[in-house]
Amino acid sequence: MLKSEAKKMSSPCCAKNAATAPLAAAVSSDWTLREYLDHFRCRISGLRMRYAVKPGLYTAGNPDKNSDVFVSANYKMSFDILRRSLKGMNVWILVLDTKGINVWCAAGKGTFGTDELIKRIGASQLENVVSHKRIIAPQLGAPGIAAHIVQQKTGFRVYYGPVDARDIRRYVEAGYQTTEEMRRVKFTVWDRLVLTPMEMIPAIKIYAIYAALIFFIMGLKPSGIIFKDGLANGLPFIFLGFLAVLTGALVTPLLLPFVPFRSFAVKGWIAGLVFTFLGIQNISIAAPAAVFSFLFFPLASSYIALQFTGSTVFTGMSGVKKELRFALPIYMSGAFISFVLLVFFKLKEWGIL
Amino acid sequence: MKYLTNVTSLGFFPDACTGCERCVEVCPHAVFVMSGKKAALSDKDRCMECGACARNCAFGAIAVNAGVGCAAAIINGMVTGGKPSCGCGDTAGECC
Repeated sequence: MLKSEAKKMSSPCCAKNAATAPLAAAVSSDWTLREYLDHFRCRISGLRMRYAVKPGLYTAGNPDKNSDVFVSANYKMSFDILRRSLKGMNVWILVLDTKGINVWCAAGKGTFGTDELIKRIGASQLENVVSHKRIIAPQLGAPGIAAHIVQQKTGFRVYYGPVDARDIRRYVEAGYQTTEEMRRVKFTVWDRLVLTPMEMIPAIKIYAIYAALIFFIMGLKPSGIIFKDGLANGLPFIFLGFLAVLTGALVTPLLLPFVPFRSFAVKGWIAGLVFTFLGIQNISIAAPAAVFSFLFFPLASSYIALQFTGSTVFTGMSGVKKELRFALPIYMSGAFISFVLLVFFKLKEWGIL
Repeated sequence: MKYLTNVTSLGFFPDACTGCERCVEVCPHAVFVMSGKKAALSDKDRCMECGACARNCAFGAIAVNAGVGCAAAIINGMVTGGKPSCGCGDTAGECC
């Protein structure tokens, strides 16, 4: 987007169709280097929580009264992906206020929803902007939008476009027809990879606390904390802990279809067991510590892998609830037994037992 | 990829179906197919309970307990005693 256009976006302008309709800001279909960079930052940082555009009506190209109207969320990445997909087309873009959240998540919450769409159609005076009665919403916006109610209240019929904005051109060229393929949501290894940083980062934060605790416990002597012992005895556990984070947050998501069983808790546990086993081969560790390791680390990666259900495109609430019902008691008792084992080892090390 | 079987809360009542095809249009997992003049379930276990079909059925032929299939959100709901929620979009906070 050009700078001048960006400026127009942040302060609603009124150059186009001023006589008949209010406030439509023009946007380019190209991305700036800065936007590529910001999109990357959204994948790895909290920027995505405040990466938003102003809701309202926008233009791409030079739309007129017969041009299509596409609906989007005000998460800037959603908006950017849409406008890039509209390159060379002359269309209107109606951006809903989804509190900066992407289409699918916002639809689930209802902010990309019936009421908001009806409100935006009214506020933008869409009936004066276009002479037809069709609006094209992304298919993944459907959980939030009751198309029949929108039509009752506004007269506009909602057409659900393809899942992926990249298919929009083909959809339009085919006379607003989607193929079976365009209707299905995919979850490729690339789709999963871009989601893993947001699995890794929260896990690493907890891992840092874990590593500090291990260092403290391993160095703890009746006489005080011995730095050397903390490091020497703690390192194997710090290493295996890192492996558990990596297994749960990166390996399991990437190899998702290949790790056996459908339950994410079981997938994570199996992957964790394998990696704990591989990890232990490379370090010298006493038998009691191995018992602790095989109990604790696979459960840790299981828990982390279960968090990935929030990022997938195919896990339902009933299924995740079922998983949690059996997994949570196991995690809690596993954590408790691990702690008891650790105390037991320490007491033994000190010669108290 | 498929998730757990026999867990979805999806219910379909063919008697109320008028064959408008909205459910076929909105489902991202092709759970619904057209069978003659009415919709039919093809594979219920692919349902992720997003609720798009039920929301867009003007005739009440579909019911589903829609919600997020997200462990963090569900644990969050258990802790707060409310509905499963990842917290984003309501208040400022990290999102899944």
